[in-house]
Amino acid sequence: MSRSSQPKFRSPADERPLAKILLILLSLAFLGFFLFLPLVSVFVEAFRKGIGEYYEALIEPDAAAAIHLTLMVAAIAVPLNLAFGLAASWAIAKFEFKGKAFLITLIDLPFSISPVISGLVYVLLFGSGSLLGPLLKSWGIEILFAVPGIVLATVFVTFPFVARELIPLMEDQGTGDEEAALSLGASGWQTFWYVTLPNIKWGLLYGVLLCNARAMGEFGAVSVVSGRIRGITTTMPLHVEILYNEYNMVAAFAVASLLAALALVTLALKTLLELRFGAGNAGGRH
Amino acid sequence: MTATAAVARARWRLKRPSIIPGFGLTLGFSLAYLSLIILIPIAGLFWRTAALGPGGFMAILMDYRTLRALYVSFGTAFVAALVNVVFGVIVAWVLTRYNFPGRRLIDAMVDLPFALPTAVAGIALTALYAPQGWVGSLFMPFRIAFTPLGIVIALIFIGLPFVVRTVQPVMEELDREMEEAAATLGANRFQTISKVILPGLTPAILTGFALAFARGVGEYGSVIFIAGNIPYVSEIAPLLIVIKLEEFNYAGATAIATIMLLISFAMLFVINLIQAWSRRRYGNA
Repeated sequence: MSRSSQPKFRSPADERPLAKILLILLSLAFLGFFLFLPLVSVFVEAFRKGIGEYYEALIEPDAAAAIHLTLMVAAIAVPLNLAFGLAASWAIAKFEFKGKAFLITLIDLPFSISPVISGLVYVLLFGSGSLLGPLLKSWGIEILFAVPGIVLATVFVTFPFVARELIPLMEDQGTGDEEAALSLGASGWQTFWYVTLPNIKWGLLYGVLLCNARAMGEFGAVSVVSGRIRGITTTMPLHVEILYNEYNMVAAFAVASLLAALALVTLALKTLLELRFGAGNAGGRH
Repeated sequence: MTATAAVARARWRLKRPSIIPGFGLTLGFSLAYLSLIILIPIAGLFWRTAALGPGGFMAILMDYRTLRALYVSFGTAFVAALVNVVFGVIVAWVLTRYNFPGRRLIDAMVDLPFALPTAVAGIALTALYAPQGWVGSLFMPFRIAFTPLGIVIALIFIGLPFVVRTVQPVMEELDREMEEAAATLGANRFQTISKVILPGLTPAILTGFALAFARGVGEYGSVIFIAGNIPYVSEIAPLLIVIKLEEFNYAGATAIATIMLLISFAMLFVINLIQAWSRRRYGNA
């Protein structure tokens, strides 16, 4: 039976070695042209004029402000969606109620909406032609073309990430552990903190990781609501666009290289979580 | 309380009783947050569209520039999703069936388009496929970037993981014994693949195609750098929304957004149908 002990025997359910090699080479060529070369080119273009210019581009005040804003937006948007993800998955996975499937569809909705439209809905809600916008303005609250709008658009596009990981995971785990804890006298919060949370921690981390990557990298939705006031409402991806359109390639790719490095760290941690802790298997697609 | 009332109440209850606490709190918070962030803003979009009236809506929709932008968006997304189905299935096959040095690394790399910000992907692909870029210069005088073909390139990048990650788990579950049975019954490898393996993968391939297509239609960040953005030729619908917004033409932006949103909802519905059909027929999704 075991093929490894008879290396010369080819199972009838295998391709010929030549076909195998050709398929592997075809895949590598395809991934090379579409994934590997673009990634490499970001770093090559960023260091084209040496490390000095690269460093200059990153400490320049507008770039530093963009980095600061990106971190701040993610620091607000990710915890909000984390809280939502925990609440929604608790309600959906631990209880049986009517309309559950419809609620899950609604949570997934932002994945199927163009990022530009995600930004547009807030422009319509808070813009000058709306009811809310002028009212808030008269109270001195700016939403559009200011930081709150950027946060809202980011929350919208990253809305499903944590919930999407946690719902299938918590459904798999059932309610037995929680029922045992409650019947032994634990309070609701104790049950959540000492029983549920340790059960879902790797899946939770996985969802937060993906949510954060998207929050820091979001471009379309944020570009619609930001107004692109340089150094004030430009996140890193928007700053990349501005520099690129000014033909300042080294600076554009220098800032882009930070985002590419973030993507690589995200991928490495994601792979680690999948291999070590089996996280992410329940989630499927993003 | 009478027995009949209790029975009637039991039949009408919203949720099955449970000793676990927190249902009201968590569901209430979830629904409030969902409404504030997602549902009310989207309802606002439809409300603004309704205010245009059917005539105003159709006038914007039937404008030649709008029609061309929708055609470019849907056409390029369709071609890119087709390319992704072919290469995505091959990549998934190579990753599940063959062992070669660097397989783990390549498997992890497939998710790069999920993790890499779209603007970064956009400028990187443009630098690569522009006439003076590493790849673009190989194909001169034939131009890739700044034509609709450039849009297809960007959408292939964006959509690839959707196909691979939908097909791969189903491929891993395939029963090798079925293939061995087909081979012992005299099928050659090509017949086994086309008659035994591919039919089982069809729902996953269709779902992957639909996901890649849906994502491609709405994609903005990676496309606008490489497209050249020539009206009627390589201008995508999301960009036209942004252009209308910058001209403070809210009516135009709203109408195009609504038609795109309706088409996305229809596609979401189709994806759900494919998955329901696949669960009934193959017991997986």
